Amino acid sequence: MPTLLKVIDLKKSFGGVNATDGVNLEVLEGELHAIIGPNGAGKTTLISQLCGSIKPDSGTITLAGNNITSKPAHKRAALGITRSFQITSLLMSMSVADNVALAVQARQGHSFKFFKAANKIDHLRQEAIAALKEVGLENRADDVTSALSHGEHRQLEIAVALATNATLMLLDEPMAGLGPEESKTMTAYLKGLKGSRTILLIEHDMDAVFALADRISVLVYGKIIATGTPEEIRSNADVKHAYLGEE
Amino acid sequence: MKALSKRGWITLLVMVALAILPPFFLWNGQAFYMDLATRLVILAIAGVSLNLLLGYGGMPSFGHAAFLGIGAYAVGIPAYHNTYGGFEIAASYSGVYHIFLAVGLSALFALLTGIICLRTKGVYFIMITMAFAQMIFYLFVSFEIYGGDDGLTIDTRSELPLFNLDEPLQMYMLCYGSLVAAMLIVRMVTRSQFGMVLQGAKDNNERVVTLGYSTFAYRLTAYVISGAMCGYAGALLGNFTTFISPEMMEWTRSGELMFMVILGGAGATIGPVMGAAIFILVEEVFSSFTTYWHLPFGIMLLGIVLFMRTGLLGFLTADRSKTKLKKEER
Repeated sequence: MPTLLKVIDLKKSFGGVNATDGVNLEVLEGELHAIIGPNGAGKTTLISQLCGSIKPDSGTITLAGNNITSKPAHKRAALGITRSFQITSLLMSMSVADNVALAVQARQGHSFKFFKAANKIDHLRQEAIAALKEVGLENRADDVTSALSHGEHRQLEIAVALATNATLMLLDEPMAGLGPEESKTMTAYLKGLKGSRTILLIEHDMDAVFALADRISVLVYGKIIATGTPEEIRSNADVKHAYLGEE
Repeated sequence: MKALSKRGWITLLVMVALAILPPFFLWNGQAFYMDLATRLVILAIAGVSLNLLLGYGGMPSFGHAAFLGIGAYAVGIPAYHNTYGGFEIAASYSGVYHIFLAVGLSALFALLTGIICLRTKGVYFIMITMAFAQMIFYLFVSFEIYGGDDGLTIDTRSELPLFNLDEPLQMYMLCYGSLVAAMLIVRMVTRSQFGMVLQGAKDNNERVVTLGYSTFAYRLTAYVISGAMCGYAGALLGNFTTFISPEMMEWTRSGELMFMVILGGAGATIGPVMGAAIFILVEEVFSSFTTYWHLPFGIMLLGIVLFMRTGLLGFLTADRSKTKLKKEER
């Protein structure tokens, strides 16, 4: 499989804290690559640098061979990177369908279109509904987003990411705050998605990670200490020591 | 035809009342009320333009009166030179030229200041828009030739095809028609794909950026549209009052425009029109009792901000069932 995302010696520090301390990472096309690590390991900081909302101090990020290190977030999104947020980040006062429609609309390149009402543009709505169907939210399409439950918000985050048609989905703890049942549903759902998209998944739920990931990278104190298949990671001594705990 | 919503009915009612009542007053010999209504409608246009920023874009511009001033001086200065000579290239009584100038200069001012202002948000945005408006204010105070802070009398109103602005009824019809047009433009823009991005960015900017939108460009465009529209209102205001002074772009004026939008209800096209109506009426009624009318007005405003958070329109259209109300207040 060719490499889709390549990160070379990425560094970012906040004051004296080296949140990202020379990260090297390769995400292959079509794989589901999980990043695990203890709290404060710098997972979200890493994702934020990949999607462009935080600028790295040094290092390079390439997407399908193009250097995107200095590209702003909206340009990276246009190149096919999308992210979901650990803390739900949706347009709360807009309808569920509008949240997704805005993602569909983003694919046209720009939206300096002033004349036709957005809700009269059929294909926007249809594609939005299609993405909502994939996550099972189609019956909430016309509700105000703030009225949805936490679990539904997590589903909607995924629907929005799907609707962007991104080649690389960065999912920042999609199970955060979900109950055991909801987690199972989400895991099953992500499993269904596997193969059709390249996914970089950050997750604390180890059952989910080991069930889903093709490869796993372990991030500790801003450094990747190991990368490999779930079996390799399970048996890696460094990882056991640093993260899983010795038994 | 779809059945009208509560909001639709209120819009229709207010606009029909504004179309019928003032000409009736004029016919009845109460020209004063016609004057009041003309001022109301012009301020409503400014309010509608500000609402595009405040209500739909989440950009609380506290310098919108600057555009009113630019628009008014775009009428006053060419007319002044046409009467008294000097500065020949700009001198003209032509209304089309005045409006072109008012809209063009306002858009340019919005573009230049917007590039800077829109790098900030919240309180900082309020402060910096106000600062730019104050700069324009002092610029005109320092123009001795145009009367400085004493202001400038417009001897001859803009000459327009179809409308004779010296006729109160025709003046009013132009202003009313302009208000309807402004409302339709804002309605169209906010419902378009552009409008969705603008409102999305108000809700959650980071989310909209990560979808691939450069929200800055969308905000700047909205800022320019709004400024141009307010400049147009300024050209009407100059023609209506026939006296312009820097006082009309003082920061308190910007504050009044903001009151109107919040009073009526931000985020609905008819909101600022209702706000302007309340403002004009309250000013008229309270100031007939006392010169200290700002005090009861301020108390009323506090009451609205505290108890009717979605403005008068929100109060009138609110679904009284608890859950719905909560949804709307979010």
